[in-house]
Amino acid sequence: MLNNRRTLLKASMAMGTLAIATGAGLLAPRSVLAAWPEKAFKTRKYPDALQILAGTDQLTDSDTIKVKAPDIAENGAVVSITVTTSLPNVENISMFVPENAFPLSASYEMSKATDGFITGRIKMAKTSDVIAVVKADGKLYTAKKTVKVTLGGCGG
Amino acid sequence: MNNKMKIRAWIENDKTTVKAIIFHPMETGLRKDKKSGKPIPAHYITEVSCEHNGKSILNCMWGPSVSKNPFFSFRFGGAKPGDKLKISWVDNKGQSGSSEAQIS
Repeated sequence: MLNNRRTLLKASMAMGTLAIATGAGLLAPRSVLAAWPEKAFKTRKYPDALQILAGTDQLTDSDTIKVKAPDIAENGAVVSITVTTSLPNVENISMFVPENAFPLSASYEMSKATDGFITGRIKMAKTSDVIAVVKADGKLYTAKKTVKVTLGGCGG
Repeated sequence: MNNKMKIRAWIENDKTTVKAIIFHPMETGLRKDKKSGKPIPAHYITEVSCEHNGKSILNCMWGPSVSKNPFFSFRFGGAKPGDKLKISWVDNKGQSGSSEAQIS
């Protein structure tokens, strides 16, 4: 009984320290969540971001991936991007915008139940390619589309 | 903190289409306050997970370049009307939210 109480006390103290560390910004909350690839998201160059996220920069162009995006985006703050693919066993769909400050925009981990289809809205600083990278059956495929941006949406 | 979210999920030709909006500022950390000239701190959603009846079906990882009040849509198979779809998110400040919807 006493033992349990001691353990509980210790545990709650440890939790308290963690909370303080988090609050002080010493330990960012995201470092507790292991899955989010922080390095890839904070890299400012597209080839580096791809290398960190996928572990390789060897991509195969594929007709089976379609990137649907507007030809001209009047407002770079909201650009709707749809990526569809007919590839089997899609594991991951990622979107890159090389001209943005942080090229990696979003990465979607698919399951067996999900179709090769994803829509999202992203910000674009200026005219750029939108590159979709699809991981299927352990291999990487890519397709891209150029979007002309008349008003940038990343501020700065 | 505004934890609002809108989810719609419906079945069409054996596939469930999900459309969701999470209300969140999605600050990039690159913008500056026009009056003070100071940068506005980054505040954006990093992870969103979607579960169908408790089983993970999609895991989104986002950077700051996802638009404000992010909208996203995806499709999956194997659901029946009345099944539950849960979407939860975490942001870079450790804030979180979740919401549940019934598939129709």
